[in-house]
Amino acid sequence: MSDLYRRLRAFEGRPATVSGEGREPVNVSMIRHWCEALGDTGPAYTGKDPVAPATMLQAWTMGGLSGSRSRSPAVDELFALLDDAGYTAVVATDCEQEYLQALRPGQTITFDSVIEAVSPRKTTRLGAGHFVTTRMEIRADGEPAGTHRFRVLKYAPRKTAKTANADNADNADNAAKAQAAERPRPVINRDNAGFWEGVAAHRLLFQRCDACGTPRFPWLPGCGSCGSPEWTAVEASGAGTVYSYVVMHHPPFPAFDPPYAVALVELAEGIRMISNITGVAADRVRVGMPVTLEFLRVAPDQELPVFRPAPMEVETS
Amino acid sequence: MKPGDTLPPLTVPITRTLIITGAIASRDYKDVHHDPEAARAAGSPDIFMNILTTNGLVGRYITDHLGPGAVLRKVAIRLGAPNHPGDAMALTGTVTSVRGRTAEVAVVGANSLGRHVTGTVTVTLPEPEAETEPEATA
Repeated sequence: MSDLYRRLRAFEGRPATVSGEGREPVNVSMIRHWCEALGDTGPAYTGKDPVAPATMLQAWTMGGLSGSRSRSPAVDELFALLDDAGYTAVVATDCEQEYLQALRPGQTITFDSVIEAVSPRKTTRLGAGHFVTTRMEIRADGEPAGTHRFRVLKYAPRKTAKTANADNADNADNAAKAQAAERPRPVINRDNAGFWEGVAAHRLLFQRCDACGTPRFPWLPGCGSCGSPEWTAVEASGAGTVYSYVVMHHPPFPAFDPPYAVALVELAEGIRMISNITGVAADRVRVGMPVTLEFLRVAPDQELPVFRPAPMEVETS
Repeated sequence: MKPGDTLPPLTVPITRTLIITGAIASRDYKDVHHDPEAARAAGSPDIFMNILTTNGLVGRYITDHLGPGAVLRKVAIRLGAPNHPGDAMALTGTVTSVRGRTAEVAVVGANSLGRHVTGTVTVTLPEPEAETEPEATA
């Protein structure tokens, strides 16, 4: 989770509007302007005892040109945080309203709202950004009139370079926290859960096809040679050789400490796997180097299979 | 009214006037709904309709069809492709459920760019015309 998102999420549950009051009571002028603009000729909205179109619910709560008088500091802080990160534009994406009574001219509108949710960073057609959801409870003359859930996207317009700035800000944050950062977590699903259970038990497991005997790695639901879905998990001995490798210098990722060697290790059983070579300087790794399996603890609750150069076998005559 | 029924479509021309007057009538003064330059700065080719106007048009579509006496209970919408000046939006509706006098209608508003709005409207249907027949059978 990015540091920015951590800070954004802290706003969830905070008030967005406290004791808001509509600028004026429900009134026939605003109803008429609305109906004229939208071409709504519904007879209920005119005449002797008119009601307001239900969908005007939010309009009665809008601050207008002079802005909101009851917006809580939390919303301003949240939006300032997003603005500073480059997410300067805003667009509404969802609106869910429930109407509990028909509103009539003369009723006074009051409301309260809460910041319900802030999404992780999402990439959209407009640009990358965060969705912010608020939920508002609206009253008319003190009686519940409806609820209004509203979602906006605060985003960095694609046509500006602001997204890059936001990313750089994130990276600066991350660099400062690289020591404390966690490595990416493996994605564990039904197809590969057996492999990770093996790792937890310090066993390196691969699959062998029950139909044709072909070993395979990484874990997959079917055999690449014959297509059979039947397989048996087999434990690898842990002996292997470096088949190929690269040394990572740049870019630095949080929780990784360059330079380090990423190797394609060919196991004695004939399968290959991507791993790290440990116990030797990255520039001393060589193709063909014999290696042996060990398990490296990378987080309090996470170990990974890695390989270190195998001890030289003493020749006995 | 029963599930599967479709409402007659309603095509709404998206004029610059509709976008701007709709935004102002809903007291939404955000510049992207009336100032083309501001809209372009926000990455949009032109001004675009605000969500309150879309919401109002979706409500209007249902109440126009059902006539006076229909009462909107819920309107939930999600926006997709923006409504820009010069486009047209075709609203269509399909009844998805009827429970007692309350119906749920799935609404789609499509413009030349795709789906501008998808949503669900819950509406209480007008009472059967029984004012002159107090003993009307159900």
